[in-house]
Amino acid sequence: MIELEGLTKRYGEKVAVNDLTFTVRPGIVTGFLGPNGAGKSTTMRMILGLDRPTAGDVRIDGTHYDRLKDPLTCIGALLEAKGVHPGRSAYHHLLCLAQSNGIPRRRVHEVLDTVGLTAVARKKAKGFSLGMGQRLGIAAALLGDPRILMFDEPVNGLDPEGIHWIRTLMKTLAAQGRTVFVSSHLMSEMALTADHLVVIGQGRLLADTSMADFIERNSRSYVRIRSPQRERLLDVLHRAGITAVESGNGALEVDGSKAEHIGELAARNQLVLHELSPQQASLEEAFMQLTAESVEYHAHADAPVPRQQWGDGWKRG
Amino acid sequence: MSTPQPPMPQAAAPEWQAAPASPYPGYTSPIPVVRTHLGHAIASEWTKIKSVRSTMWTLGVFVLLVVGIGLLTGLVVAGQDADLGGESPLGLGFFGLLLGSMCVMTLGVLTTASEYGTGMIRTTTVACPSRARVLTAKAVVFFLVAFVVTLVSTTLIAFVHVAMLEGNSGAGDPSGEEWLKGTVGVSLYLALLGTLSLAVGSIIRHSAGAITIMIGAVLAPLVIALFMFSSSLRDVQQALFEYSIPNQMSIFYANSLSESGPSGWDPLWIMLGVTAVALGGAFALLERRDV
Repeated sequence: MIELEGLTKRYGEKVAVNDLTFTVRPGIVTGFLGPNGAGKSTTMRMILGLDRPTAGDVRIDGTHYDRLKDPLTCIGALLEAKGVHPGRSAYHHLLCLAQSNGIPRRRVHEVLDTVGLTAVARKKAKGFSLGMGQRLGIAAALLGDPRILMFDEPVNGLDPEGIHWIRTLMKTLAAQGRTVFVSSHLMSEMALTADHLVVIGQGRLLADTSMADFIERNSRSYVRIRSPQRERLLDVLHRAGITAVESGNGALEVDGSKAEHIGELAARNQLVLHELSPQQASLEEAFMQLTAESVEYHAHADAPVPRQQWGDGWKRG
Repeated sequence: MSTPQPPMPQAAAPEWQAAPASPYPGYTSPIPVVRTHLGHAIASEWTKIKSVRSTMWTLGVFVLLVVGIGLLTGLVVAGQDADLGGESPLGLGFFGLLLGSMCVMTLGVLTTASEYGTGMIRTTTVACPSRARVLTAKAVVFFLVAFVVTLVSTTLIAFVHVAMLEGNSGAGDPSGEEWLKGTVGVSLYLALLGTLSLAVGSIIRHSAGAITIMIGAVLAPLVIALFMFSSSLRDVQQALFEYSIPNQMSIFYANSLSESGPSGWDPLWIMLGVTAVALGGAFALLERRDV
């Protein structure tokens, strides 16, 4: 269990993390989501006692991190793939961490085996690819077999097989009753792994909700219709009490009706349809909508207009 | 999989306030929980220092300089049958050790500063949240390594010099205290100089910057003193000569560049004081700064 209470971090004038209060519970995977620069890594560094909070409090199982007597068996963390001396071998890197916490040497071999680095255990870390570095970081996090695990962007640099592996690993760890806290800027990634979501933007808490709730609330499903007889179609829909919204390109969008129902309606009225497709707004879009105002680094595309219109329509709906 | 959660930001007080004694549920590891102490940190730092090649390189070059330059000096003096004027042959080891001190300082700086350059410091601090314990362990391990390596090198070359100049009429027979100062004394001094570099590395957090500062600290007083021509600065010039690190080191061989100033075991106490102050500063900054 990780408990944050009004956690705030200021760098001079800039507020990186602003009054965060939430709890990360055991037994589930909690996703920590936010755009780049939202303060995810700063929050994680404060949890681990690396950065001192300007205000507020954070506790690991009721204790401040620097009071932990057995830090690595309590919490394991993957911060960045870096954090390894390039001239040291994977084996010695893990060995010095194990020794600093009195963890038996055999655990080093076990975790190397778990992450699949046994073959390169004696190789220097500087020769490692991004993915191998990530695996070494995960090995270090698992070293103490901890109750709490924290991963900052764990899928960065991993190949599809590695991504699948880390997803399964996180779910397995949570199912064993551990607290698993994973940060990401990819909603789609979180939708596949997380049971609970904490969303932040510009250091502020935007949502603290279960994944199921978030999906239910934010995934809008609608039917897209395209017809050469638009006016008649609108008429028919209107008479049936169905509201259709124009969505550009001459297509219509209907909320809350089944495609089957509209298809039958069109057939009864002998209307020609060129398209009749059920649509699901992606969680990615819901996430972007949620964090739209708090994105730190905007990329200015030449024509951002369509997305803007889509968002506005959705807001009104 | 998912458990029901309160929607949106929670307003309720966290559970640890409501029920401070509530046990924290979750996974229990079969690995025995150990209360960590300084011994663990020292074991960890020992593994770190011996598992990187830069340690082997700096110490290897150090031994090479001390023994190699010592041998060359000995050969030249013995070959020319030069008159040492009653000085003990141990003093011949000074030149090699002066050059070798660069290696000890470099290793000292790298012990702390390289962790900042590579990001290893975050991994280290997560594994051992007590920053003071990490720095203490680093200082202890480094000091012992530097002391033992220097002691072995200086003792070896001291025996060689005494043996080489045995028949030399001008060379004196080193007394017991001269032996002690020329081996144990100067080794303690050099290990402290390295520990000072380690503290500077922890303060500066940048390898190249800290090494430059340390080399400057060794050379600058002598260079500055060279350009103090004005007679009004005579006292300052004198002090810079006498308290410069090379001169302090030469006092262990009783061939000081000047007659006044520190003598006997003074340099050791001076270096001990300076190192203690630097380490104190490093400890204070460690507690204050973010990693």
